[in-house]
Amino acid sequence: MLKFILVKLAQLIPTFIGVTIVAFSFIRLLPGDPIILLAGERGISPERYAQLSAELGFDRPLVVQYWDFLSGLLQGDLGTSLVTHTRVVDEFFSRFPATVELSLVALLIAVIIGLPAGVIAATRRGSWIDHGVMGVSLTGYSMPIFWWGLLAIMLFSSTLGWTPVSGRISYLYFVDSVTGFLTIDTLLAGNWDAFWSALHHLILPAIVLGTIPMAVIARQTRSSMLEVQGEDYVRTARAKGLSNFRVVMVHTLRNALITVVTVIGLQVGLLLSGAILTETIFSWPGIGKWMVDAITRRDYAAVQGALVLIALIIMLINLLVDIAYGVINPRIRH
Amino acid sequence: MALLEIEGLDVRFRTTNGLFPAVEDANLSVDKGEVLAIVGESGSGKSVSMLATMGLLPWTAEVSADKMAFDGQDLRQLTSRQRRKIVGGEMSMIFQEPMSSLNPCFTVGTQIDEMLRQHLGGSRKERKERALDLLAQVGIPDPKKRIGAYPHQLSGGMSQRVMIAMAISCNPRLLIADEPTTALDVTIQAQILDLLLELQQDTGMALILITHDMGVVAETAQQVIVQYAGRQVERQEVKALFAHPRHPYTEALLSALPERAGDQARLPTIPGVVPGQLNRPSGCLFNPRCRYATEHCRQVEPKALADDPARTLCHYPL
Repeated sequence: MLKFILVKLAQLIPTFIGVTIVAFSFIRLLPGDPIILLAGERGISPERYAQLSAELGFDRPLVVQYWDFLSGLLQGDLGTSLVTHTRVVDEFFSRFPATVELSLVALLIAVIIGLPAGVIAATRRGSWIDHGVMGVSLTGYSMPIFWWGLLAIMLFSSTLGWTPVSGRISYLYFVDSVTGFLTIDTLLAGNWDAFWSALHHLILPAIVLGTIPMAVIARQTRSSMLEVQGEDYVRTARAKGLSNFRVVMVHTLRNALITVVTVIGLQVGLLLSGAILTETIFSWPGIGKWMVDAITRRDYAAVQGALVLIALIIMLINLLVDIAYGVINPRIRH
Repeated sequence: MALLEIEGLDVRFRTTNGLFPAVEDANLSVDKGEVLAIVGESGSGKSVSMLATMGLLPWTAEVSADKMAFDGQDLRQLTSRQRRKIVGGEMSMIFQEPMSSLNPCFTVGTQIDEMLRQHLGGSRKERKERALDLLAQVGIPDPKKRIGAYPHQLSGGMSQRVMIAMAISCNPRLLIADEPTTALDVTIQAQILDLLLELQQDTGMALILITHDMGVVAETAQQVIVQYAGRQVERQEVKALFAHPRHPYTEALLSALPERAGDQARLPTIPGVVPGQLNRPSGCLFNPRCRYATEHCRQVEPKALADDPARTLCHYPL
């Protein structure tokens, strides 16, 4: 198992280098100049422009700039933001918990609802439950996040008044940041009112963000269960006189999970990209919103740093998925 | 009283083109300690009738029977919970593809243990002892090591041995072996058959052997049922069947045996294939491939005569 993990880690190195190249070139390929954007409407003199350009190192050849970025990265230095003049790493990780909290809860909702829905649909194939689950999930899957988010805000926040429109927590509360997850921090502080407020703010964006993964997980679980149901070993399990529950939940689901776990892993990447839209709609103070701002200002250091960090996180999550896959599927391990 | 008695078993599959009859009017009875062989080509409904007995057919199947009794208990009347006590415990089954019949996610030991826990109970330690004994009994070397193996680490022959160990783990009174050697090498085939017969002799359980190998039938069975296109065309004691086959199909099967072909350069074959859903002939189902067929055979469906012990499904029994 250790060897399996080490090999998987080694395989990440070329991917990581590729990611740095893409992150570095992507933001520079966009039209627009950070210095001119920084100067604002009044413009900037050519002398001042040259001076700033030299200060920031933009006048050097791209290869040199890239090397500078890469060597800084390997030393854990992602540079400083052009706009805020704070370290990109600090900016990133001060906002990151908000995104993680949102994504985790979204994924949790997606799995808790999507997985059983898929199992039930598969065991009741062709029934109205099956058609219902598949219909709802197809709708959820096809719904653009920004549209669905706005509809949800209109209904649940504006019309029904069940949830707040935006933000992470009511301004009435202030809790010390321990984990960065407000739901946990408020619990740690023992402040129940603050906890409810945080949960209240979290629930709607999490549902909106979790809708697509939920639909994907439900559909994948269903089709994977149906496929496994036809396997010889499921017939063997029935021939053993096992209860239907055991045949479905142990023999069928266990094998069906192998593909479902892969799909759940792939959803993590989608969640982070979906988070950008969801955070923008709900004014959620996370990475997504910050990155949108950084891109509009052509904040090279912030964008390339954030991209590399996000890619790194997704790569590590995929590694975890691979390990989980090895645990579930003995054929991978040996 | 026979151990397993089936009369008038019909199995139909719901398809997009309506109902397809996979088995029609199947009858069989197996006594305690008896070996019954069911022979026939692929698609003749051998497996389907046994899967129906075990209650293992998919939801698209419709099963009906005049009688379906195991040890006097009417299988049709039992609730699914009562039936599960018999299936796996008193009546168990092994399959054609040993490599895919074991669950890839669990060790051999876990899969045997599951069966024991379901039907026999006992402490964890007792069950483990029993599993080790079973593995040794089916001829698996080094059971202590193999008990922790996953199915993908086993060969086909080993997997089938594990399947057999699992099937006999709760001392069944009837074992149904559905082409247990088809997917295996020839040398392994003989070993597995020997093992099955040895276990049958030792435990005194009844054995239903589904096969398309007449050689296997000659060596093992007491009673033989010949099935064609979902119909039982003949049933006889093994010696009588080999000496005097009554149905032209049985005769054709037997003449395709190398031992019987004598010094002919090419083995005789039966032209054509088993009819499927869309090309069922009128009259006798075997008529397009039968060398004795007459106009009468092509138009009128044959019925077994009441005074014929072999119940030959033919207008002109041999």
